[in-house]
Amino acid sequence: MVKKMIRSAGKFDVIVIGAGHAGVEAALAAARMGAKTIMFSINLDSVAMMPCNPSIGGTGKGHLVREIDALGGEMGLNIDRSMIQCKMLNKTKGPAVHSLRAQADKNKYHSEMKRVIENTDNLFLRQAEVTDIVIENKQVLGIKTSTGSFFEGKTVVLASGTYLGGKVFIGNSVFSSGPNGLAPANKLTESLLENEISIRRFKTGTPARINKRTINFEKMIEQYGDSDIEPFSFLTEKIDIEQELCWLSYTNTSTHNIINQNIHLSAMFSGNIEGVGPRYCPSIEDKIYRFADKDRHQLFIEPEGLDTNEMYVQGMSTSLPEEIQIEFMKSIPGLEDVEMMRPAYAIEYDCIDPLQLNLSLEFKDINGLFSAGQSNGSSGYEEAAAQGLIAGINAVQKIKNEEPLILDRSEAYIGVLIDDLVTKGTDEPYRMMTSRSEYRLILRQDNADIRLTRKGFALGLASALRLEKLEEKEKSMVLEMERLKETKIRAEFINPVLEKLNSTVVKDSMTMLDLLKRPELNYENLAAIDIDRPELNRDVMKECEIQIKYTGYISKQLAQINKFKALENKYLPQNIDYSQIDGLRLEARQKLNDIKPLSIGQASRISGVSPADISVLMVYIEQMRRTNSNV
Amino acid sequence: MLNDTIVAISTALGESAIGIIRMSGEDAIRIANDVFRPKSKEKLMDFRNKELVYGHIYNDNKIIDEVFAVYMKAPFTYTREDIVEINCHGGIIPLNQILKLLMKNGARMAEPGEFTKRAFLSGRLDLAQAESVMDLISAKTPKGFDVAFNQLEGRLSLKVKEMRNEIVTIMASIEVGIDYPEEDIEDVTFDEIKNHLESIKNKILDLINNSQTGKVLRDGLNTVIVGKPNVGKSSLMNALLREARAIVTDIPGTTRDVIEEHINIKGIPLKIVDTAGIRDTDDIIEKMGVERSKDYFNRADLIIFVLNAAEELTKDDIDIIDLIKDRNTIVLINKTDLPQLIDMDVINKYIRNDIIIRGAITLEHGLDQLEDKIVEMVYGDKIKKINENPIISNVRHINALEMAYEQTMDAIKSVENKMPYDFIEVDIKNIYDYLGEISGETIEEDVIKKIFSNFCLGK
Repeated sequence: MVKKMIRSAGKFDVIVIGAGHAGVEAALAAARMGAKTIMFSINLDSVAMMPCNPSIGGTGKGHLVREIDALGGEMGLNIDRSMIQCKMLNKTKGPAVHSLRAQADKNKYHSEMKRVIENTDNLFLRQAEVTDIVIENKQVLGIKTSTGSFFEGKTVVLASGTYLGGKVFIGNSVFSSGPNGLAPANKLTESLLENEISIRRFKTGTPARINKRTINFEKMIEQYGDSDIEPFSFLTEKIDIEQELCWLSYTNTSTHNIINQNIHLSAMFSGNIEGVGPRYCPSIEDKIYRFADKDRHQLFIEPEGLDTNEMYVQGMSTSLPEEIQIEFMKSIPGLEDVEMMRPAYAIEYDCIDPLQLNLSLEFKDINGLFSAGQSNGSSGYEEAAAQGLIAGINAVQKIKNEEPLILDRSEAYIGVLIDDLVTKGTDEPYRMMTSRSEYRLILRQDNADIRLTRKGFALGLASALRLEKLEEKEKSMVLEMERLKETKIRAEFINPVLEKLNSTVVKDSMTMLDLLKRPELNYENLAAIDIDRPELNRDVMKECEIQIKYTGYISKQLAQINKFKALENKYLPQNIDYSQIDGLRLEARQKLNDIKPLSIGQASRISGVSPADISVLMVYIEQMRRTNSNV
Repeated sequence: MLNDTIVAISTALGESAIGIIRMSGEDAIRIANDVFRPKSKEKLMDFRNKELVYGHIYNDNKIIDEVFAVYMKAPFTYTREDIVEINCHGGIIPLNQILKLLMKNGARMAEPGEFTKRAFLSGRLDLAQAESVMDLISAKTPKGFDVAFNQLEGRLSLKVKEMRNEIVTIMASIEVGIDYPEEDIEDVTFDEIKNHLESIKNKILDLINNSQTGKVLRDGLNTVIVGKPNVGKSSLMNALLREARAIVTDIPGTTRDVIEEHINIKGIPLKIVDTAGIRDTDDIIEKMGVERSKDYFNRADLIIFVLNAAEELTKDDIDIIDLIKDRNTIVLINKTDLPQLIDMDVINKYIRNDIIIRGAITLEHGLDQLEDKIVEMVYGDKIKKINENPIISNVRHINALEMAYEQTMDAIKSVENKMPYDFIEVDIKNIYDYLGEISGETIEEDVIKKIFSNFCLGK
């Protein structure tokens, strides 16, 4: 046996390949749960690097960060430590779609995360390129590095990001590279292919970085953060920072002319790129080509950090040649004298087809091998971190012989993300959006702790402090709801306030609870008459207000969840041979055999499985049940 | 397990010249080969697909019947399985003998609705279509048949898909603003959402309204003929039936019982009841009749009130006028061929002119107008829409539509209250799901059981 002859460089419970946002969460979770863990990175200066936008959160993504935090992950705490501006998006819309987004100091984000990793027990960080995953008889045994060392591992988490077979495109220039000028990992793909893992090629891109000193901000629109910052982490009490500004400007017809005249030089249009890019994050040439009738597109100028003059040009990702990039940027108000520091580029990389994974993120056919993040075909730091966390948790659960943590679509955005990836698959880099969640009235970012912290604590991941804070919050919610029910305010006190707020006056008195039911009234504008109000945490007020105001909608959504759960709880035996069920259409038989869904519910979400196929399955299962109960 | 071979008698049992036995499943052709001997060749399989073959059914060398048989190869069949049909002599004895023989050779008696169930499960029919097959089989009139046939063609499913697509459009326009808050996109306005919802509401309402027509077409319109004794109720009934069934005399109170008949007026099935005249009486038998008349009267969908033009109005008439004033009524003023004594001024005071028909039933005067009036009442102003909208007769569909309608009203209310978009969407998703239940696109846990428990034997 070849493998036996290799010198072992160490034995580990969990080996994590890659130290990006997925790898970092996986390794931290595993180590915190008590597993001896080693994490590899091609370059330790790129741990938790943000090679694209300098921000964390956003619509749907902000929810993910909150959930990662509630389970005991690090992303929320780390952005709280390194943010330089913060904003709650969608504030004018309902509480379900409020989403936090913060601008990060990229260097600080990296160094803070690295510091946490270095100070975590059981966790080893090693600079090396992993070239092989060693698998025998469908069981993972460990990994080999480019220097020939063999690390034994009970489980391995693949979190290789955009490094696998990375290829960068800038105009006609094409070269082998990882993100941000780092070395690619060119050997690992071969090892995956040898183990019959199916590989795909995706593409993404990033805009140019420009020098702050060469921008004329007077021609741009200032973008402020919120005056009162709401932290990402449930553990962070308060964030008190001097916030940086971002800036808004627009392209114009002369920008568009320059791009149109040179569009044939773009790597995207010349046919050089074979990878599939994300539709929702198009390059500027793509936007101009596809929305020809739009005479302007917006761009945001965002700082990359406090200690640098580099600015990120959001909305302008491109694979046009450098000189064209400079030319079109100079046509934009405020950028007339711009000096480019790093050119925009497109990057192509290998990733696996996530349909090969279980909901636990373990490969169906390879015992002990997990995969998370961009290597699963997702896009974005937050999506990566969420999968990393789950893969790390489940690697440890595997070793401990415990049930994996599987969150369903009604429990968490993380559940939606993973279910989408491993059940539906994806044809392009997958991005989280609130619209992907069917039950978002329940899956709010404000109640992620209520939904998930107990689970995280039970796993040995979320700390006792987290649980304590949650219990405190829940206790004061109960007390406050009680108080609101019992606090009656007399007409003479309240009517003047109501009149001022254009709210119908009351006859003799009304409880605070009933007052808060009115759409035009809230905690803030009732503060003056609610004199007995105790010192209340912002979260507590928010939860109470949501429960009071939207109770009808919430119970409707809960009813929808019950229907959903009924189908999720109709389990499908894992040994069904779907090719033998004659009522199923051929495509459905094949898809069902490939994916082996856990339940009728999951089966119904597989693309290529029609409602008629599901009826067949339900009848089949019912008949099986009856046959078995007759025996 | 699903495709064992099932068999059933597909034609109605009773005296008839021809009966059909149908067999479906993977052994269907093998079983047919075992029992059927064609005249000209050796086996049924030696003939072409879907070719009608003359021959005999044998049970151990003994001829049971002279038949035509045809086999149809999967998948282009009703169940998407191999099907064999045997056209034999009608009547219970040959049908049952052949059925037993086929079962002896490996076929199983089909459960109620099992052929249709297989068609549904093979994806050949969607849910709405499968259900309409059952309506098709039990349709009472040609019009009822049309309704079911429309659905079999998938018109209801098509309509539902249209509405669901419109809902997806609304949701997409809401979502884009939520997921891209900083993009240069105008948020959809409350007015726009409301306009879409109103349009969906109207479409659902059209379907619901048609569903009442659909129910009538399936179950029949409960119609009651009322009036004092001897105003011509039985003559009317007979004229409608076009045969003498009730006893007609000139003695008041002759009809002492309630006679129920099924008749078909221009495609509309009427369950029509000729009541004993409603009047105060001491005659016990007649009294019982009067009581039962009142009972029918209370349950009626349509009341035909008959007055005698040759008599003056009496208190009994006025009492009846009082009873029918909020009901769906047609007033027939009969015996206009005789000298007129009835006071039309009084009539016009109590009864809307557009529901009055004048005629002389024994001379068949006014009968056409009466029939037209009935048709008009059933279809109302919907008659034009019937050609555009499928008529819905299935209770499950109607319930789902009503739930969808309720959710639409909730959604509109949410919009009017300017609730945040994420809340409005909870209602909108419910509309989407309830509509999907009709076509089966929304998968429900117990829908399969609900439906197939109602299917009848045969098709």
